[in-house]
Order: sequence, then structure tokens, then C-alpha cells
Amino acid sequence: MKTSHLSILENEAIHVLREVASQFERPAILFSGGKDSILLVHLALKAFYPARIPFPLVHIDTGHNFEETIIFRDRLIETTGVKLIVGFVQECIDAGRAVEEKGPEASRNGLQTVTLLETLKKHQIDAAIGGGRRDEEKARAKERFFSHRDQIGQWDPKNQRPELWNLYNGRKHTGEQFRVFPISNWTELDVWQYIAQENIDIPSIYFAHKRRVFNRRGTWLDDNSFIQKYPDEQSVEMIVRFRTIGDATCTGALPSSASSLDDIISEVAAARVTERGNRHDDKRSETAMEDRKRAGYF
Amino acid sequence: MAYSDMDLLRFSTAGSVDDGKSTLIGRLLYDSKSIFEDQLEAIEKTSASTGEEGINLALLTDGLRAEREQKITIDVAYRYFATPRRKFIIADTPGHIQYTRNMVTGASTADLTIVLVDARKGLMTQSKRHACIASILQIPHLVVAINKMDLIDYSQERYNDIVRDFEAFAQKLEIDDITFIPMSALHGDNVVQRGNNMPWYNGATLMHTLENVVVGSRQNNIDLRFPVQYVIRPNQDFRGYAGTIASGSIRMGEQITSLPSGLQSTIKEIWKNNTTIEHASAGDAVVLCIEDDIDISRGDMLVRNGNLPNQENEFEALLCWMNEDEMQIGKKYLIQHTTKIASATPVNIRYKLDVETMHREAAVTMQMNDIGRIRLKSSEVLCIDSYKLNNATGSFILIDPSTNATVAAGMVQAFKTNDEAPIQKAETDRSTEQKHSINEAWNIPRTEREKRNKHHAKVLWFTGVSGAGKSTIAQEVEKKLFAAGKQTILLDGDQLRQGMNADLGFSENDRSENIRRVGELAKICYQHGLIVLCTFVSPIRKDRELVRSMFPEGDFIQIYVIASQEVRIQRDPKGLYKKAQAGLIKNLTGYNAEHEAPDAKDAITIDTTDSSLEECVEIILSLNI
Repeated sequence: MKTSHLSILENEAIHVLREVASQFERPAILFSGGKDSILLVHLALKAFYPARIPFPLVHIDTGHNFEETIIFRDRLIETTGVKLIVGFVQECIDAGRAVEEKGPEASRNGLQTVTLLETLKKHQIDAAIGGGRRDEEKARAKERFFSHRDQIGQWDPKNQRPELWNLYNGRKHTGEQFRVFPISNWTELDVWQYIAQENIDIPSIYFAHKRRVFNRRGTWLDDNSFIQKYPDEQSVEMIVRFRTIGDATCTGALPSSASSLDDIISEVAAARVTERGNRHDDKRSETAMEDRKRAGYF
Repeated sequence: MAYSDMDLLRFSTAGSVDDGKSTLIGRLLYDSKSIFEDQLEAIEKTSASTGEEGINLALLTDGLRAEREQKITIDVAYRYFATPRRKFIIADTPGHIQYTRNMVTGASTADLTIVLVDARKGLMTQSKRHACIASILQIPHLVVAINKMDLIDYSQERYNDIVRDFEAFAQKLEIDDITFIPMSALHGDNVVQRGNNMPWYNGATLMHTLENVVVGSRQNNIDLRFPVQYVIRPNQDFRGYAGTIASGSIRMGEQITSLPSGLQSTIKEIWKNNTTIEHASAGDAVVLCIEDDIDISRGDMLVRNGNLPNQENEFEALLCWMNEDEMQIGKKYLIQHTTKIASATPVNIRYKLDVETMHREAAVTMQMNDIGRIRLKSSEVLCIDSYKLNNATGSFILIDPSTNATVAAGMVQAFKTNDEAPIQKAETDRSTEQKHSINEAWNIPRTEREKRNKHHAKVLWFTGVSGAGKSTIAQEVEKKLFAAGKQTILLDGDQLRQGMNADLGFSENDRSENIRRVGELAKICYQHGLIVLCTFVSPIRKDRELVRSMFPEGDFIQIYVIASQEVRIQRDPKGLYKKAQAGLIKNLTGYNAEHEAPDAKDAITIDTTDSSLEECVEIILSLNI
């Protein structure tokens, strides 16, 4: 009998999540409020049913949020009974451990790394589970399921362990950590198909809605109080949706009328631009992602 | 919904910068419309900045900055694309010898592998190496992509030459399904579209092959192996064992045995996610609940009663060494096998494999990218199967406990061989074997049969090259024994190869397997009180020693039959020497392949060059069988 690609991917992700629970002392799921991390929570609920997810969620809050994501997050915590840990970028800035960028291009995306590493350290988290996928970006194509980070949270592409069959080596020295990517092999389309198949609840801003946006170098950005517009930038009201959800200063909206999951799947299947193509943060240089990864970005 | 009808194929590719591998993958992605505009834009920009004309499809697949600068790929990169029928995962690896370990990694999960051949250059060592690795890792399907046909004017003749060369080489491999496709990745012929340049080719395009090949044939669907991964215990009333079914299937109400404890119970419930199901099979991540309260934890294995894996703390495996620090005999490593971790120590190196020819060579150490057969001892008993029968329970990794690095990938080959003391080991092996074996003791013990037959059961193993006289002597000996009222059977190589071993070829692995099966058959006959005469070239010493280790000391008699080459060529009973002289047989033992002679103490040598048949037969009968 033929096994569908979605059940193969689901089995693989559940296997990895259970490996994490077995091999590490204090794992956590990194939760951004985006669909990939919501998917992770859904898979973790399945992996440990009828027990609760045996680890907390960690949310790095830049302070520049889409309101819908925070409401969604809190509701999810309530229904699943999972513990939530929040790391505030604002706290790092206030304490002088991170310096805020200035001007219209300012973003807290880079500062997230500082807060992330601090939060992981404070809670002694030895395995941070993320929703990273290999199809997202070139530098991620070689990422492991179990990605080793040194004592200061850095990733060395030359020093990663080979991964064979379904054997994952999570052994580490004190102070070292792992990032774990259970949905490495999923593509954007797989994620949407699975969300539709399982009827997973996602934040409303993934669906078409009315929003005031302005265009900066081809990207439609949300007109909010966190972004300083250039004098010539005018906001307009449009029907848009978000294809990814990150920091509100750098996540681009997509003119779209897709109002149901089936609409989204058709749209994604026909899409001619990658989802990160709309991420303002990756456009700074061709190897932007690799540089941020080396520094400890998710 | 349509997407629930899609399945998934994982395949691997290997190749270096100039054989067009990256272009081929780029072409697959491009023609299947899996490349996005921003990716295309980025490579157009890069192509332009390095002064290349047009779009360099290869840039799509080169990941990290260091590689892009040096224009090499240094690791396994995973790529994704889908057609309405299938989702595909490509494990893309560089092809150079330093990257054997990457090829092994990429191949470990693949159902199919694409070997690239540059049509201008023909079959080069790199393609051979890749095919050998695919064979070692037991990948069921091999596609030989004969690329750059555009540069040889799409010549059918040249293509046929390459196919012939590859087929000759592939005799050494253990891959049943090989597909050849002539193509031009640069122009797209026979990749996704057929193109107009090779009307003489009637086979499938690469994409058609990828979409239609049967997936999942690596999976063992028979022997239930359930390594317990995690125990789920939310409250006193629920205790479930979470894990992924490694092989076979399980049904509610079935009897199971927990290993290593050996305690038995019954499956009460099978949970998949938040519902219970009747039945689950290989690949399913499930939670099993059982009727009885027995102690089971991570690293234990649930199996079906009467179908147990081997439980061993010493075995042989093919290892691919993956670390810069070379392997040290006697050093303690950690072995990670299914969900279990134990200590493991390499005892010795049987041989190293030349991955371009599959030749075995002696070795004292294993360095990065070496593949060799190693004997390992583990601190605990492991529930293992041979990799050939079960990829999931026959594979493992070794970890260096001081660095925590994964230093080797291993594939279990055999359990009970031992070069140093094969005979002494035989009796102990038999006792452990009885303990673990799923076979019950024979209904009527051998000793009872021997009493009635009025003679002992024996195995006479005739080894030697073609034309030495093995069969002639054995046939005559059997006639004499039969006439004397003894119970005999004669097992002959050619005969068994027509039936029981018809699936085997003449690669070294197949020859070993041939001998192993003959040994098992001889054992059954022996246990039934017969005098078993076996005539097999059996050129490899270790294969014969494996058979020897199946019998008590003294009951296995090895007879080494020899004759001068001149005499053998003159006799040439099967015309093999003639064929070899004509170049039709490449590895005829005794002509252009070696026969590993037994040590004098282990065999009786009979030289038939100048002796009569009667004299030879007399020597054997005088052994007082």
C-alpha cells in the first residue's frame, strides 16, 4: 500500500520529537507564532499523546508583534496546558546588552539572537526545537535534524555530524546545545497541505484581509508604529495576507484574495517566489542567512 | 484531496563539478517548475558577476558561501521538488573520493540513486565508486545517467559502448534494477522532456523513471522489530511504549516478546496520535500498550514470538569511517543502534574494500572515507539483524565518547564467524545458537539417526579450482559409500546454482552468500545423519571457515583438491578456461582470480596431477568415515 508523503513526513517529525525528549534533559520548542511553529506544537501533541508535551515553548518577543499572533499564542497555551517562556528583546535593550538600530530600516531581527541565547541560557535549555525547513533558503539545505551548537551558541558548518538512516546523535559536552529541526524535510506546500488535512487553527493574518501597507523596494510592509517610513512612502489600503509571520518590521504582506486553506494551497502551488523572498531581512546580502546562522540565529 | 494521493521518493546523486550533476538537478527543478523567481534572479545575478553566459543552473544547488567561492560542494545538501504524483527529496553529494562518507550518508535513506557518467569520458572511477557505494548500502534502484550526449553528437553507438562497460562492471554489484538513460542536462533531453535529438532511444525519461519506480522496497515488511523509544506515562492508568516500527507489522491482540528480558505479553492497544488503530506497519510512529505489567524501557525491542532477531555482543559489520581521527583497535567507542546505546570495541579488521573495484585488501587501520569489514564487540547484547535482511536493525553509528562526534556508519554482515579459533568456537556457537534460534530442536536427534545408520554424520568439503578434480573424486567416493550401505548426499555447485541459489551471481558477496546457504543446507543434512559431500570452488577462506564453524570439531573435513594449471586447462570440464582465455570471463578462479588455499593443518590436500582416481578415492576412504 502506498503511504502518502504527509504521513511519512509526520512519522519522521514525531520520531525526531520523541528522540529529543529521550536524549535531552531540558528541551524546548521555539515558538514564533508562525505556521511552522504552530505545526511543531501540533506534532508534539501527537507525539506524546495522551501525555502533555514534556517541554515548554519559548517565545522571543521583539515587541514588534502583530497583535493577532500574541492572542493566538495565549489561546494555544491555554488549550494545550504547555508552559510558556517569553524572552523580551526590550529587556536586553533596556539593560544595554543590545543596541537598537535607528532610522527607517531599523529592525529588531538581529537583536533577537541576543535575547534568544540569553533566554536559552537562563533556562538551561539544551535542545531548542525549531520549525526551520531545508527548502526555505540555500544555507539551510545542509542543515541537520540535530544541529550542534558550541558553548556560545554558534553554528560551524564544517563541524556538523553526519546523519545516517534515522539515527540521531545528540551527545554533547556540558554547556553545548542543539537546535533540532523535526520538519526539515517539509516544503511550504507540505506544511499547508498538512494544516488543511489536519484542520489546524492558524492566526487570521495568514488569510486575506484588509490592511494599510506601503511598498518598500518591492515588499509590502505593514503600516505600523514600529516602522519609520521614508518621506516618499505612502500607505494604501489593500487586500493582503502574510505568507510568513515574523517581526512586524520586516515581514512582507502579499496582495492576495486567498481566504481559505484551499485557496492558499492553490496560491502556494502556483507561487513563483519563495516565501523568504518576501522577508526583508534576507535581502540585505546574498549570504545574509548564513551569516546570521553562524552567529546563532535560528 | 489530491495531495493525499502523493507518495514520496528519496534519491541520491553524486558527482563532481564538471560531470554536470548540479546542472542535472537544476534542470529537474527548473523543468518541473520548482524554481522560484527570486532564486532564479539571484543566480542570474551571480552568473553575470562571475562572467558566465546565460543561467548557470548549477548555482541553484551550491549552498554555502565557501563552496560557492571555491565552486565545490562539500556536504550533503537536500533539495525538494514535487510533481502531481510524487514528492521528491534529493540527497545531493559531491563525488570526489574524500567525500565517500557524504555519499554514504546521502545513500543511507535513498530508495534510488543516480550515477552520472560523462558520455565523452565513459565509465570513470568516480561513477564506479558511486555505484559500489549504492550497492554496499543496498539501494534497490540505480539509474545510470549518461550525460552530455550533446557533446558526442547524440551517438547511439557510444551510448551502447558505455552501457556495455557498465553492465560488465555491475556484475560485481548487488543491484537488481539498473536503468540507463542517455541525456543532455544542459539542453534538457530525456530529463523531463524527451527532446528531438535521440529518436533512437525508446526508454523512459529520467522524470518518468523517478515518478514510477516502486518506493519502499528497502523496508522489511515481515519481521516485526519495534525499538522502544520513549515511555509515555501520564498517569497510573496509562503506560505506553512510543516508537517507530522499524520493520514488519503489528496487530492488536498479537503475542509479543520483549528483548532482552524475553518476557512475553499481548498487544492491548495501538495508538496512532490520538486514536487507537487495529494494525500498524513499518515506518509508523505509534504507541503500544500491552496487557501485562512488565519492565520495558528505552532501548528494549518488542518482537513477535518465534521471530527473534540475533542477540549478539560480537559481530561483523561493514564500517564507513567518517572521522579525521583514524579507528583504533581496542578503543572503546559508543554504538548507537536503533534506540539503544552501548560501548563497542573494534576487535580486528577483516579487510578494507576498494570502493572502485569492490576488491578486498588487507588493512591495519581505517581512515576517513575507508570502508571495511570490522569485527566488533559490544558491552551489551544487541538485538540485530543482518543489514541485508533488515536495513533498520542492521544499521548503526559509532560515536567517539571523548569528542561525541559520529565517527562511523555500520552495516551488520555476520554474527558467528571467527578466524582465529573457528573450530573451538563451534560447540559454544551451537549452544548459544540453540538458545536464540527460532528453530526448535530437531524432532529426532542426530545421535538416534546415527545409531540406526550405524555410522556418524560427516561433512566432506571439497574445495579447489575448476578442473582440479573435485566432482570426479566426490562422485566416486559417494558411490563407494553408498555401496557400503551409508546414507549420503552430494551437494554440487552447479546444481544448487540452478535452483536454490539461482538468484546469486559471481560477485564476491554473492559467492559468500552461495557458500553460506550451502553451509546451512549441509547442516540440515548433517543433522539428519547423512554423510554430506560438498563440491564447491569456494575460493574465499573465510567463507569456508564460516561453514566449518557450523559443525563440531572433527565432523567437518576439508579436502583441498589441486592440479597443475596445464592439466586443468587440458581437462577444462566446463569450457571455462577457454572462455577466460578468450576474455569472456573476467574473474575465473584459478586463471585470473585467486583461490585462497587452506592452511595445511586445516585440510587434506590431494594433488590429482599425476594420481589416478582410485588412488585419490582411497586416500579419502582411508579417513575411516
